[in-house]
Amino acid sequence: MASVACFTFRRRELLNKMSSSNLELDLDRPNIEDYLTTDSIQEPRGKLRLRDLLDISPTLTEAGGAIVDDSFTRCFKSNPPEPWNWNVYLFPLWCLGVVVRYGILFPVRVLILTLGWIIFLSCYIPVHLLLKGHDKLRKKLERGLVELICSFFVASWTGVVKYHGPRPCARPKQVFVANHTSMIDFIILEQMTAFAVIMQKHPGWVGLLQSTILESVGCIWFNRSEAKDREIVARKLREHVEGPDNNPLLIFPEGTCVNNHYTVMFKKGAFELGSTVCPIAIKYNKIFVDAFWNSKKQSFTTHLLQLMTSWAVVCDVWYLEPQNMKPGETPIEFAERVREIISARAGIKMVPWDGFLKYSRPSPKHRERKQQAFAESVLRRLEDK
Amino acid sequence: MGNTSSMLTQYDIEEVQEHCNNTFSQQEIASLYQRFCQLDRNSGGFISADEFLSVPEFAVNPLSQRLFRMVDGLNFKEFVAFLSAFSSRATLQHKVEFIFKVYDFDGNGKVAFSDLLDVLRDLTGQFISEQQRELVLTHVLEEAGYKKDSLLVLSDFMKILGNTGLKMEVEVPVD
Repeated sequence: MASVACFTFRRRELLNKMSSSNLELDLDRPNIEDYLTTDSIQEPRGKLRLRDLLDISPTLTEAGGAIVDDSFTRCFKSNPPEPWNWNVYLFPLWCLGVVVRYGILFPVRVLILTLGWIIFLSCYIPVHLLLKGHDKLRKKLERGLVELICSFFVASWTGVVKYHGPRPCARPKQVFVANHTSMIDFIILEQMTAFAVIMQKHPGWVGLLQSTILESVGCIWFNRSEAKDREIVARKLREHVEGPDNNPLLIFPEGTCVNNHYTVMFKKGAFELGSTVCPIAIKYNKIFVDAFWNSKKQSFTTHLLQLMTSWAVVCDVWYLEPQNMKPGETPIEFAERVREIISARAGIKMVPWDGFLKYSRPSPKHRERKQQAFAESVLRRLEDK
Repeated sequence: MGNTSSMLTQYDIEEVQEHCNNTFSQQEIASLYQRFCQLDRNSGGFISADEFLSVPEFAVNPLSQRLFRMVDGLNFKEFVAFLSAFSSRATLQHKVEFIFKVYDFDGNGKVAFSDLLDVLRDLTGQFISEQQRELVLTHVLEEAGYKKDSLLVLSDFMKILGNTGLKMEVEVPVD
């Protein structure tokens, strides 16, 4: 039949087109199909019939599945703690707990924090202004002081942090990456080693801290809406990493806070600098408090107050073996490999979504891939007898 | 139940269960309610376009626009009835009816060639030309004994899809 012949020609055209556009897709992100279960997608065989075109049940099943439950929303769900105080015996205990937490612990913690700030500022301001000429000494003292104020912060939540693994040292050509649950991740890591960090610029008192004190440790700012300008950020990162006197750089490649049960895809920026990547895994123990900062639901101030009125912040920090990019590995593959190492150590699951989807829609490339697969199968089966 | 209480009463659950013809268990309905509240972020009593499309897995589905039109503005009871076609307890008739409704966009009970073409376009995108799509459809329609200008009704769909072992099931996660 003449129509079948024209289909054959068209199919060859389509296959050539697909192999070149597949390359574009691969360079940008890893294969989502590796992560999503595809048990509903079996390769149909045999001649194409009307029922094959009418039967849209696999696509509908995927859509229905996404409506009922999806792995992206799960990453940002803060599970409310189970109430344990609903009985005559436990309720008074809980009330007592509230009194202790708000009436005793909270004021003591505020006191500790205030004391810490007084000590910090009375040392930092003189050092910053008077030692202007002696840069090396000034930097060393400022580093120590930043570590000090971070320790005060951690004490103000009764932070019980267990560090595992060799402590980071400041060497050129290395970056540190960690999974991200809240801004307190930075403080917890900073009390051990004065890292330089790349952060989203925040408004309010946090922004003030960022532009004054964190400047001295050497921080890089970006704006999420300008994150598309990867060139500028990438250049700043590279410059920092190559400077021998700069503090070691800490990057949170997820780009957003996730609820400490999952990791979202790592941005490849940290992995294409040609440096060694040292992974750090952080896992919070939820029994005492849920440290996930849901920036859509709470401001950072509310989040800190919540931490200061809970019993403790308990977490584990693992400093893992430094990784280098293997020959023939793309930055994306390297990023995914490091993410796997971190997720395995922290005991959390990986999902194939980009964290920035919190703020934007997925790219049409994913839908096009599905359309491509279906079109291919239709055309192929037209030729089967 | 159109308002925003986050606790369902036993009456509510039974009412919803009856409305969906017992295709979901009470536990599943409670789970679906949690999910509905999670998606309905501004607590408007229904899930808006923006809230649906913020689920990336849904947004990348080729039929998301069509499905969205069917589920737009539904309150919780109707939302569960909509999803009942995906339950393992739903009959084959029910599932075929659902598929028919996806095709029958204007809801007049008849599926025309243009409706079939529209769905095929959603599923294949730019990867087959419009002309080829028409050719493919005409070809398989004629082979099945229909003409290009035939109007398909539900009984036709039942005949075509009825004995193909249709699998359209979604599991509702129950904690």
